Amino acid sequence: MKRILLIASLLILSSMSLAQFRVAAVMPSATNDLAFSQSMFDALSTIQAEMGADNFEFVFVDGTFIVDDAAAAIRDWAAEGYDLVIAHGSQYGSSLEEIAPDFPDVSFAWGTAGNTFGLDNVYAYEAASDEGGYVLGVLAAALSKSGTIGVVGPIEVGDAKLYVDGFKAGVIAQNEAAQVNVNYIGSFSDVALATEAAKTHVSAGADALTGSAQMVVGAVGVAQKAGVLWFGTQANQTELAADIVVANQVYDWTVVLKPIIANIQSGQLGGEAYTINLENKGLLIEYNDFFGVSDEVKALADAAIAGIIAGDISPLGE
Amino acid sequence: MLSQLLDITVITGILASMIRLATPYIYAAIGETFGQKSGVLNLGVDGVMLISAFTSYYIVLQTGNLFLAMLVTIIIGAIMGLLMALISVTLHAEQGISGIGIFLFGLGLSDLLFQKLVGTAKPITGFQDIAIPVLSKIPILGEVLFKHSLLVYGAYILIPIAWFVLNKTTFGLNIRAVGENPAAADSLGVNVALVRYKTLIIGGILSAIAGASLSIALLNVFQQNLTNGLGFIAVALVYFGAWRPFYVLLGSLIFSFVNALQVWIQVLGIPIPSDIAVMMPYVLTLLVLVISAGKTRAPTALTKPYERNE
Repeated sequence: MKRILLIASLLILSSMSLAQFRVAAVMPSATNDLAFSQSMFDALSTIQAEMGADNFEFVFVDGTFIVDDAAAAIRDWAAEGYDLVIAHGSQYGSSLEEIAPDFPDVSFAWGTAGNTFGLDNVYAYEAASDEGGYVLGVLAAALSKSGTIGVVGPIEVGDAKLYVDGFKAGVIAQNEAAQVNVNYIGSFSDVALATEAAKTHVSAGADALTGSAQMVVGAVGVAQKAGVLWFGTQANQTELAADIVVANQVYDWTVVLKPIIANIQSGQLGGEAYTINLENKGLLIEYNDFFGVSDEVKALADAAIAGIIAGDISPLGE
Repeated sequence: MLSQLLDITVITGILASMIRLATPYIYAAIGETFGQKSGVLNLGVDGVMLISAFTSYYIVLQTGNLFLAMLVTIIIGAIMGLLMALISVTLHAEQGISGIGIFLFGLGLSDLLFQKLVGTAKPITGFQDIAIPVLSKIPILGEVLFKHSLLVYGAYILIPIAWFVLNKTTFGLNIRAVGENPAAADSLGVNVALVRYKTLIIGGILSAIAGASLSIALLNVFQQNLTNGLGFIAVALVYFGAWRPFYVLLGSLIFSFVNALQVWIQVLGIPIPSDIAVMMPYVLTLLVLVISAGKTRAPTALTKPYERNE
């Protein structure tokens, strides 16, 4: 009888360890937006490829710019018993704070944010996008001939603001006389206004542009038409305009997701906040090989990266 | 710092931006004016814009043929107008709800088609700017008015045409009669349903051109929810413009001017919080609507389905 119980226990433990880890994610824009949502989708796809589809399943709802719709999806997934429910967007925070206590056995993660609401089943994650922004700012200042650089920002919050502030600091660190013109269009999705903002920057003399969030696709087109340099963030935007995209800051959320998954598998459902940065390689600077940045300019970026990792450079100046 | 706004380059830039930004509003709002003048409120403008923006973009992406894209845009606009007419005129469905249905249909369909047929945003070569000989050389005015694409010029040519049709033709008289008193118009032999079908088809076509003006002329790219609610602003501009084409133009220009101004204010580093700057166009719109409330009168039969003998 004892032997039967032992075998049964081993079978149960074995099946538990082999049980498929199920993740559900809600995202504000399309999973191929070359920006915020794509960065999370790519990370989930990478983890699935590493763990195998039998061991890791993920479902998602993208384009959920209506927070109430996202909240409904989050609650449904939690009720269905997903191991991890991700609310990929700072706008979903208040919904998550309300829903998570109703499902204490389900783990939730949200970002970009650093607040777990004091809940044991909520993880938070954010990006130190000011770091990569600083590096791209150094590159932009080194390559700009006019010394005027334009920034098309979405809304002055979260990682977008961090990125813009870091970028400005990088430009000024490289060229104190440079002029950085910043415009926030007040939307993450207004492609028309972002495009017009980019045209305005070019009219104001900018010969290098950058921008954050999914509405920059039109702005990249403006840069391409005007022959102006472009620096991307969140995802690799090279395919939008290979002849003018110089480099991109790419978010790699696997750096955050892997420890979260490991924690959940070991029974810790939340209570921690994570940050991706240059040091943990959650932020990567990817060059466009077709554009061909010189080794001399790359050395400036490398020095900035080393300085940030070593703590000698603080992009936001403490 | 504010003195920078008086720089010639800045003034030219703001005005040229205004002309470009106003283009889709003008097409969509003039189309909506036709529908509302005949008594039908169509809140589906944004959905029609999205479908046509995607379709025209996809045709240009695949074939590079801008005129084929425009032809299909017009056909799609007519079909969407016909659909709205069928629902709201023939089936007498509540107009606001019908319009929202058309919007959601357009939002979902354009996104689905984009995801399945294209995937990631890819830039295209759309309508190029055409500098009008001689006129484009005029200082400031040349840059502001005469260096745009065909679809931008088309929007401004549309205004006098719309005014003429609405005010100087029998068809325009019928539209106004049907929008004010459909029973009286009917008693005089005007086919109320037919007039409303025609205005909604015109509205659908112009909304579709508004969408195409974004994806294949001004932005040269498509992305999920490209219009970002622009069609709803266009509907508000019809009220703003008191159902008169030239006033609708004025509203579109003012709204776009303030938008262009706030973009430049930020670019020039004038210390106004970005949140305040981006609110400016909307605050102005609300202000004008409040001021003009009571001074203008909507078509009497607006939103009211008509059925003989009711």
